Amino acid sequence: MKDSSPSNSPSPFLPFSLSPLRELLFPLIAVVAAFLVGGIIVWMVGDSPLLVYELFFSSVFGSLDGIGYTLFYATPLIFTGLAVAVAFKCGLLNIGAEGQLTMAAFATAWVGLTLPHTNPYLVTLLAMMAAVVVGGLWSGIPGVLKAKFGAHEVITTIMMNFIAVGIVTYLTQYYYKRQGDPILETLPIAELKDGALVGPHLPRMHALLAPLGINFPERLPLNIAFLLALLMCVLVYVFLWKTKWGYELRAVGISGTAAEYGGISITRNIILAMLISGGLAGMVGINEVLGYRYRYYDGFSASYGFTGIAVALLGRNHPVGVFFAALLFGALNRSSLFIDIFTDNVSKDWVVILQAIIILFVACEAVFRGGAKRLLGGKV
Amino acid sequence: METLLQIINLSLLASMIRLSTPLILAALGGLFSERSGVINIALEGMMLSGAFTAAAATAKSGNPWLGLLCAALAGVLVACLHAVATIQFKADQVVVGTAINILFLGIPALASGAMFESTGATPQLPREQVLPDWNIPLIDRIPKLNEVLSGHKPIVYFALLMVPVTYYILFKTRFGLRLRAVGENPEAADTAGVSVARLRYAGVLVSGMLAAIGGAYLSIGQNSLFTRNMTAGRGFIALAALIFGKWHPVGAFFACLLFGVAEAISIRMQGVVQIPVQFIQIIPYVLTLIVLAGFIGRAIPPKALGIPYTKEQ
Repeated sequence: MKDSSPSNSPSPFLPFSLSPLRELLFPLIAVVAAFLVGGIIVWMVGDSPLLVYELFFSSVFGSLDGIGYTLFYATPLIFTGLAVAVAFKCGLLNIGAEGQLTMAAFATAWVGLTLPHTNPYLVTLLAMMAAVVVGGLWSGIPGVLKAKFGAHEVITTIMMNFIAVGIVTYLTQYYYKRQGDPILETLPIAELKDGALVGPHLPRMHALLAPLGINFPERLPLNIAFLLALLMCVLVYVFLWKTKWGYELRAVGISGTAAEYGGISITRNIILAMLISGGLAGMVGINEVLGYRYRYYDGFSASYGFTGIAVALLGRNHPVGVFFAALLFGALNRSSLFIDIFTDNVSKDWVVILQAIIILFVACEAVFRGGAKRLLGGKV
Repeated sequence: METLLQIINLSLLASMIRLSTPLILAALGGLFSERSGVINIALEGMMLSGAFTAAAATAKSGNPWLGLLCAALAGVLVACLHAVATIQFKADQVVVGTAINILFLGIPALASGAMFESTGATPQLPREQVLPDWNIPLIDRIPKLNEVLSGHKPIVYFALLMVPVTYYILFKTRFGLRLRAVGENPEAADTAGVSVARLRYAGVLVSGMLAAIGGAYLSIGQNSLFTRNMTAGRGFIALAALIFGKWHPVGAFFACLLFGVAEAISIRMQGVVQIPVQFIQIIPYVLTLIVLAGFIGRAIPPKALGIPYTKEQ
């Protein structure tokens, strides 16, 4: 079945089978427009837009560090972007990825802190599973509330975000913090001993590429979780477009009633979509805890969950699009520090503003294409 | 018992009213918007715009009343952005709301950096440039009651006043009837000759103004400067209160008082009692989830909430 709207739809849907070029054109326009508006903002606060653009490109493409950090910053956004996209395909807006990844990151650290490290590989594997399961459960609750009680997932996931922060800060502060540590973070799960990292963790890209004779700098935090993110792009694509389950999930997203007539359970698919969505968001915890900081660090997420919405929108809720959108936002994150330092008045917040403008442009543009299926079904 | 008295006393009630004020204004704002059929999860961003504008304008002009006016205007402006995107362009209301929230994490920080050379915060206002405390005649002579109700900032009284006013507007005026009609059944309202778009614009713009005034209370009432992300989720708590109060002004008001007292207690408990504050902080959210699930009476939203209206040709 093709992704097309039912013929009796009151909204002027275009069929979804636009050519790939046009699919690409609209997001590109949105990004270029956002950069132009962002440039005006730079000019308004008294700096040179050209300098900022130049800093953006040079900090990202100018060095191996730039590329490494861009990919590293893109990793969590690929996860959250996919998370939002999968839910979106089922007609749901998961704005709770932030809470899901917070719970998941803590769970990852908890497994690493609780289990004995006799076999660190096993603990690493279990910690990764914990991230996925806990993230999935945290969005499964809004999924059940939506499917069984009709509670709108937008509101419930917002509430779950705050509850997650409350629970995790409580546990960290009272049970898993090092005594007297002024920073709200758990004890480490892996530590450097004689130059080697001991304890459950994922190796960095340096270790992976060294046997191949590629000298990728060891200081770069890019790790195996990035490859996991790529794998997830493929798996999400296969799941959504090549399996019966994925077909049913999308069918519910296009039209719940039509799907139900066809014998597809709305309840089951809503819960399934939210479970998968949360599991994907939870994988951010793998990158953060097992691949980067080796502990749960309070406030580690730079709004990854919310940026995931932008990533999914810009990426047209397609894994390939999500990947490239995540790269763009990763690049923005990478450049923000340089823009902050090398301009007089433009702070890191410029990047945040740019993200918001991109979302606004994409959100409004979807209307002209009639792409936002959600417009029909949403209810709070 | 002694610790209990340390926490529960008259000044707790006063601080409940103070802490509820920004919530009440934002929740009432959300009410206008959502009753007209437009989901407003941008309350947080609208509050931030008001809080920043109030502090910045007061710092530049030295007059908190001017600051308050500018904040209200800023809120209307932000609401305009929301309204044009969601009503005119029929963009997804939740997505636009999220974008506005993100936008106002960034704009105040960037703007304060450019205006005051310090990112994230506006300069500390001198005492005389913060909104004054007002005593209420008569009430300020009644012992006990004056401790609770008198001596607050003007915005507190405005918020308390807005509860019956909102009730009156929504349920006793033609405008209110039409606003609710547009949120419940826009087709019917349209057929009856009511402009759906115009009423929804009104609902969203009022919500921006009220939420921004609520934000202004934080920066030039309760405090004397704007700090980064100073609303700290209050826009979302207001949204929760709105749902918990079942989209009714009086219900939302009591929900705000409940959440306000929870915050007041959690502030007082710090360092006094061993119960972790996090548990009290998540109460509003847990309660709202329970209500949404229909365990304590069902919260039923306006029927057309979240659905852009396309006039049939």
